[in-house]
Amino acid sequence: MAVRCVRCKHIMVPPRTICPKCRSSRVEWVQLGTKGKLVTYTVVHVSPPQFKHMAPYAVGIVDMEEGVKLPSIIRTSRLESLKIGMELEVDFSPKSQETSWPHWPRYFFKETG
Amino acid sequence: MRRPRRVKPLATIISAGLSKFGRREGVYARELFAEAALEAFHRVEELDPGKDIKAAFIGQMSEAYEHQAHDAPINASWAGLLPAPATRIENACASSGSALRAGIMAIKSGMYDIVLVGGVEKMTNQPTPEVTGILATASDYPFEQWNGMTFPGLFALMATVHMHEYGTTEEQMAAVAVKNHKNGALNPKAHMQKEVTLDEVMKSRMVAWPLKLYDCSLITDGASCLILTHPKLAKKLSDNFVHIIGSGQSQDTFCLHERDSLTTINAAKQAAQEAYKMADVKAKDIDVAEVHDCFTIAEIIACEDLGFCRPGQGGKFVESGASNIGGTIPINTSGGLKSKGHPVGATGTAQVHELYLQLTGQADRRQVADAEIALAHNLGGSGATGVVHILRSA
Ligand SMILES: CC(C)(COP(=O)(O)OP(=O)(O)OC[C@H]1O[C@@H](n2cnc3c(N)ncnc32)[C@H](O)[C@@H]1OP(=O)(O)O)[C@@H](O)C(=O)NCCC(=O)NCCS
Ligand SMILES: [Zn+2]
Repeated sequence: MAVRCVRCKHIMVPPRTICPKCRSSRVEWVQLGTKGKLVTYTVVHVSPPQFKHMAPYAVGIVDMEEGVKLPSIIRTSRLESLKIGMELEVDFSPKSQETSWPHWPRYFFKETG
Repeated sequence: MRRPRRVKPLATIISAGLSKFGRREGVYARELFAEAALEAFHRVEELDPGKDIKAAFIGQMSEAYEHQAHDAPINASWAGLLPAPATRIENACASSGSALRAGIMAIKSGMYDIVLVGGVEKMTNQPTPEVTGILATASDYPFEQWNGMTFPGLFALMATVHMHEYGTTEEQMAAVAVKNHKNGALNPKAHMQKEVTLDEVMKSRMVAWPLKLYDCSLITDGASCLILTHPKLAKKLSDNFVHIIGSGQSQDTFCLHERDSLTTINAAKQAAQEAYKMADVKAKDIDVAEVHDCFTIAEIIACEDLGFCRPGQGGKFVESGASNIGGTIPINTSGGLKSKGHPVGATGTAQVHELYLQLTGQADRRQVADAEIALAHNLGGSGATGVVHILRSA
């Protein structure tokens, strides 16, 4: 879910009550789809303690079809196949048992198909 | 050369102090701060610090390193400034750049005649993963920290796009490290006084692709400070003073993913425009600059944002040698965050410390000949805060 400005249609993640583009405070919830294109990525080798067992892991920013960008970890076994522009989809599948809320992402990205 | 119009200074720096930067085992932040303050006091014999300094603004990023909040009164009293009011300013890595602005406002408003501004961070008593986590608190908690972002990671996300859009290469980023280590080797206060080769940088281990060990700034303990007054009083107190003629600060979206462009740091660009306008100077008038090279890509982007080269040309700019000592605009003569070190809260005023030395002819083997106008560029977080100051020799 994200929040959309009723006046200028700007979509905000994180959701908030005042639009940073036009300052309107008329905002509404909007359901995002699951598909998008990779805008940029990195592979984190030196991580904070909570993520250490995952490292190296890929993190990226994905431009969703609705025109809002989302950051997240990209779950892939082929780190070298990451490419700007590639299609990814949101992955809500179960999280690791080791760490619980709040130190854990609620969604990931994965390759489509 | 066009001589810029001599605008009226906002405030004047009559002294500057810097602790030794490095892994300072067994030394607390407050002791580092006192070390920097003592050096600043020694430069101005006319000053009675405990009596004359009326307020202190001290940048510090996190209480997590030493389990110590409310630390401005500690730092200021260790520097012998009891009972002058002391206030901590926190803007991540731009904390002391922002503290400097607070000091300028205090002087310019006429509220105080003499103030101390500075910053400190004691980072090395935590292991690297913990430090990585503490630094990451300066990124968004639910969307960046939860998603495994780190500071090297955030800047790597910018580097990836810069490489993709402009063809910037890992070698060009490495050239920033080579240059700054070369400068740092000439700075006795620097954390790492060691030259490195392009090959060593390229072969160093990965931290966050494409950023390698030598693309990253150091985890450092250190403190810095400046003494500010108004221009009239400066003449009475010191022979070595430097005027602040421009000060700009701006903000951008807190999260990186919300920015329209990842190849520029808009907050810094706007801060620079504000400072240039106030100082009535242009990018080509700058003789020497300290820019926020927390990662090598950040220096490349800074050179573009500050107008030292065109957008996308930052990699070629450093490769050309233009930013070497002896080049057209020497950048990070101190060694920068890369080699001098990056005790985050201390960085903003440490940059200005170096420029104070440059403009008063005290930079020793790093001296830039005939430097008159200098610029300091300080970032907070992944660029949600940008602070730029412009200085002029007296
Ligand atoms: C890059 C980084 C992860 C390396 O930390 P590390 O893996 O714990 O490295 P160590 O402390 O174990 O040091 C290992 C060696 O590398 C050297 N080293 C450490 N960091 C270095 C750096 N950034 N550049 C060059 N050399 C470095 C050390 O001096 C040491 O050398 P030695 O073996 O000769 O004594 C760490 O310096 C870092 O996180 N830097 C970025 C800090 C940051 O994000 N700041 C905020 C920016 S906004
Ligand atoms: Zn709007």
